[in-house]
Amino acid sequence: MDFIGAYNPDNLRFLLEGFLLTLQTAFTAIVLSFVLGILLGVLRYARIPVVSWIVGLFVELIRNLPLLLLIVFAKLALPEVGIKLGLFWSTVAALTVFEAAMIAEIVRSGLNSVDKGQIEAARSSGLGYTQTLWHIVLPLGLRRMVPPIVSQFISLLKDTSLAVSISLAELMHNAKIISGQNVNFVFPILIAAAVLYFAVNYTLSLLARRMEARQV
Amino acid sequence: MIDFSVLTENWRDFLEGFYHTVLASVLALAGSFLLGTLVAVLRITPSRVLNGIGAVYVELFRNIPLLLVVYIFYIGLPAVGIRLPVFVSGTLGLMVYTSSYIAEAIRAGIASVPKGQMEAARSSGLTYVQAMRLVILPQAIKLVIPPISNQFLNLVKNSSILGVIAGFDLMYYGDIVDSETFQTLSTYFFVGLFYLVLTIPLSYASVVLERRLARSG
Repeated sequence: MDFIGAYNPDNLRFLLEGFLLTLQTAFTAIVLSFVLGILLGVLRYARIPVVSWIVGLFVELIRNLPLLLLIVFAKLALPEVGIKLGLFWSTVAALTVFEAAMIAEIVRSGLNSVDKGQIEAARSSGLGYTQTLWHIVLPLGLRRMVPPIVSQFISLLKDTSLAVSISLAELMHNAKIISGQNVNFVFPILIAAAVLYFAVNYTLSLLARRMEARQV
Repeated sequence: MIDFSVLTENWRDFLEGFYHTVLASVLALAGSFLLGTLVAVLRITPSRVLNGIGAVYVELFRNIPLLLVVYIFYIGLPAVGIRLPVFVSGTLGLMVYTSSYIAEAIRAGIASVPKGQMEAARSSGLTYVQAMRLVILPQAIKLVIPPISNQFLNLVKNSSILGVIAGFDLMYYGDIVDSETFQTLSTYFFVGLFYLVLTIPLSYASVVLERRLARSG
């Protein structure tokens, strides 16, 4: 094991560049999947004829496929139907759709857990269905959804590493390249990558736990 | 759009991949169940040191990517002179990663059994081990089964990591069929179908199981 050689300035810079791209990819997908996930979850909850059924089918389909398949599909198969995305956007698109399907489920069960009495009270005080959903059900349900959604973001950050399969230059991709230079670099570099992921994810998991404790 | 000849002419490759996907999932589940139970036991013993080891294990492996865990076996072990077949490296990585989630599910299940149960069992003359086996675990199992069945579903999906290290699974053979037929869309459509054959019954079963357990109080 050669820690000093493995952590020379060039390698560290290359590793951090990879981590920066991991964070950029994850952050973009977090924002997009949060919006899309809430939208899909609400549409599925609202029981609009046909729409809810189609959304439900879509969510179930995506949830039951491996994310790696979606990433490969976005990069290699979509061009066949005329959609050409670069490495970054292929990854973001696959991550967004996959995590949105997960978040949609969290949102739906969160909305279902809202006390029916609250909804009846809102309706009988003269609010319309959409108003009740927007002002009463969503705010009440969202509070319960926040911790599992934060946990989902941890998954998303970890899942970004699957983009090695299409050679996006994120952290794991760069870690593997440095590891290939010298057999004595392998463990030091794997440890460095683990420290970077762990630092961000562990902080997020503490945040999720604190939120959960506050709700009880 | 979808060319069925991709399936009819390459079904052997798809089946070979399907077989390895199932094999890796089943082996990793059995292994992670044993390992996860062991780690969960560490987490509930009164010993602070053992507790700490269990906690570090769970937190470490839940907060780093599966790919990194697989790389420890796939490129890490060869770097210190231990060579394993690729399929074995991948399956070991899957096992270790999943075991941390299973350990956490078991710990949380045991923790949610009311404290009074243990005290009552102990004061009625049972030893710690007897109390665990006869009183606590039978109550905890109901809370543990749904998250574990969910982990098995994740495990089947996660087994696709073998594709990244050329470990003979569905994703690996998908890549081979794709490079032979140049029909990318159709190839991955069928790869997806093979996954759904496994995952849809699993997710349906876990929903049914959860409802049944909820009813049995």
